[in-house]
Amino acid sequence: MTDIPTPTPTETAAVAARPARRSGLRQSLPSMSGKLLAGLILIGAIVLFAVVGPWITQDPRSSGNDAMLPPQPGHWLGTTSLGYDVLAQLAEGARGSLIVGVTAGVVAIVLALLFGVVAGYLRGWTDEFLSLVTGIMLVIPGLPLMIVVASYLQVRSLWVVALILGVTAFAGPAVVLRSQARSLRVRDYVSAARVAGEKTPRIIGVEVLPNLLPLLASQFLFAIVLAILGEAGLSYLGLGPNGSITWGTMLNEAQGGGALTRGAWWWFVPPGLMIALFGTGLSLVNFAIDEIVNPKLRLAPAAAKSVREARKAGKDKLGRRPATAGVTTERTDVPEADGPATDQKERVDA
Amino acid sequence: MKFYARRIAFYAVTLWAAISLNFFIPRLLPGDPFTILMAKLQRSGDIPAGVENSIRLLLGATQDQSLWEQYVTYWGNLLRGDLGISVTNFPTPVTELIGDALPWTLGLVGTATILSFVLGIGLGALAGWKRGTWVDSLVPSTTMLQSLPYFWVALVLIFAFSVSLQWFPIIGAYDVFHFNGPEWSWAFVGSVLYHAFLPAVTIVISSVGGWLLGMRNMMVSTLSEDYVTTAEAKGLRPRRVFTTYAMRNAALPSLAGFGVSLGFVVAGSLVMEQVFTYPGVGKLMITAVRNNDYALMQGVFLVITLAVLAALFLMDLIYGFLDPRTRHND
Repeated sequence: MTDIPTPTPTETAAVAARPARRSGLRQSLPSMSGKLLAGLILIGAIVLFAVVGPWITQDPRSSGNDAMLPPQPGHWLGTTSLGYDVLAQLAEGARGSLIVGVTAGVVAIVLALLFGVVAGYLRGWTDEFLSLVTGIMLVIPGLPLMIVVASYLQVRSLWVVALILGVTAFAGPAVVLRSQARSLRVRDYVSAARVAGEKTPRIIGVEVLPNLLPLLASQFLFAIVLAILGEAGLSYLGLGPNGSITWGTMLNEAQGGGALTRGAWWWFVPPGLMIALFGTGLSLVNFAIDEIVNPKLRLAPAAAKSVREARKAGKDKLGRRPATAGVTTERTDVPEADGPATDQKERVDA
Repeated sequence: MKFYARRIAFYAVTLWAAISLNFFIPRLLPGDPFTILMAKLQRSGDIPAGVENSIRLLLGATQDQSLWEQYVTYWGNLLRGDLGISVTNFPTPVTELIGDALPWTLGLVGTATILSFVLGIGLGALAGWKRGTWVDSLVPSTTMLQSLPYFWVALVLIFAFSVSLQWFPIIGAYDVFHFNGPEWSWAFVGSVLYHAFLPAVTIVISSVGGWLLGMRNMMVSTLSEDYVTTAEAKGLRPRRVFTTYAMRNAALPSLAGFGVSLGFVVAGSLVMEQVFTYPGVGKLMITAVRNNDYALMQGVFLVITLAVLAALFLMDLIYGFLDPRTRHND
């Protein structure tokens, strides 16, 4: 690993400014980076699997197959101890898990808007009260609360589970949105709208909310991941939706069916992997959003990179002439210094 | 002083809310847990009058008491340290069962959380320092770790290292064939550490990504502050800029976020304990849920909530001391 460069101030000023001179459009939209693309592909593939999968796989509850078959043609992910096809269960489970995740995400974000944005904008006693509720919900551990609530409900549909997950998960997004709304409320254009006599709901809806959109989107995606993870945990404990198949209930059945001790990895590995992949997809999109919300995250690494390159280029000029000139140099410890700086930049970018 | 007064007031209100929530949940939710539980108990024999009374009180199935009177009685019992009697391990008091289970969870989750925090902060700081290099392309992969369900990681680890390779035990917190119960000997400590290894690795794997990412992003922001540029311009050694100027300041939000994440870690380890059959409070709570042992379940919920609140309160006090700005803002 190369040593940390300590650039002189002039270098920093000269090169750090360079990446900032990009076109305005690229800065306001998520740049189509590898991260964003990979995230969108992951999400798209899994959503497609959830929508199309159940139509083209067999009935996830048909027990006519042989039990505990390892993956093979016809049963690409094997079968369970009851002879269910794992791929069919995975597709049906994708549908269940995504429905729970998205519903809970919507519930959480709507509540977060109320408790976060309204509190942050209104201040005073409303803020004190709403923030107190948020604060309490934030520190009361969510999963134990969900376990207690779910265990009292004997009949739990997919929607009830989603509702429980959403209600217990709104506090995190609410805190983030509140602090941003508080900072927006003192901006000049919001004050101007207030002086112009616009009504509070309109100011919140038209002036404040649009500026919160990137943050809202990232919190929404995060809430979906948390809800899917929460549902998987509840279902694994047998407190998930009755009668539905989700990735969590699959893991529950795998544990009950002795998949671990009987070596049936094809039964319990895929559901967890799907959860992880979907979560990764959403997080990768969140990365791209984060870099819009916090430009430092995008500009600073690029600036640091160009500082380093500039320093290497500078070293070239001082340290040695181009190799063709036949001047030998003791600076052989910098192998990258052979090519011209532009080549090197392209290589690092790629 | 106003900062501490506000924080103490907040925790007092939260404490009251959590305890009241514990009281109201069984009463407000639909369904009739009392009848279900009674039917279940009658199948296994006669029910002493005292037990029926305590269950009635817990679930709010008393006819002769108003809600307010029940609430007062509930608080009275709570202040005397009486959380009711477990149905699963009849007639052991709930407090005794929790007392036995709590040290296991505190030891395991506490140690693993601190390890994960230190590891995540350290690696995150380095990743932030190396911004703009190949390290950047590794950072997104940490989100994969964050999206892994704790208990699934536990399942995979058990499958790989306990079932297939047989390097580690599958269940328990110590070798139950070797030791009758906890004792003070090196052999026992060794056995505990051996059994705690996979559970601890599970917690570290699933929670380190969050710390790492948060720290890395904060480090990147901090490194572009003017005072860091000034420090570099003064010609300070990179190591000094890294530790004293950047890392110390970048770690503050992570410390503040410690509390919020603690809730997730506790929740995640609840289910994980079930997978490892680790005799902590998570396992206890899940056993209670499976057996409709409502007194035990609510007792555990209350204790977990109190433990998290206590940890948060401590963090808040420390944070107020570390970062004086929090004492003056807000």
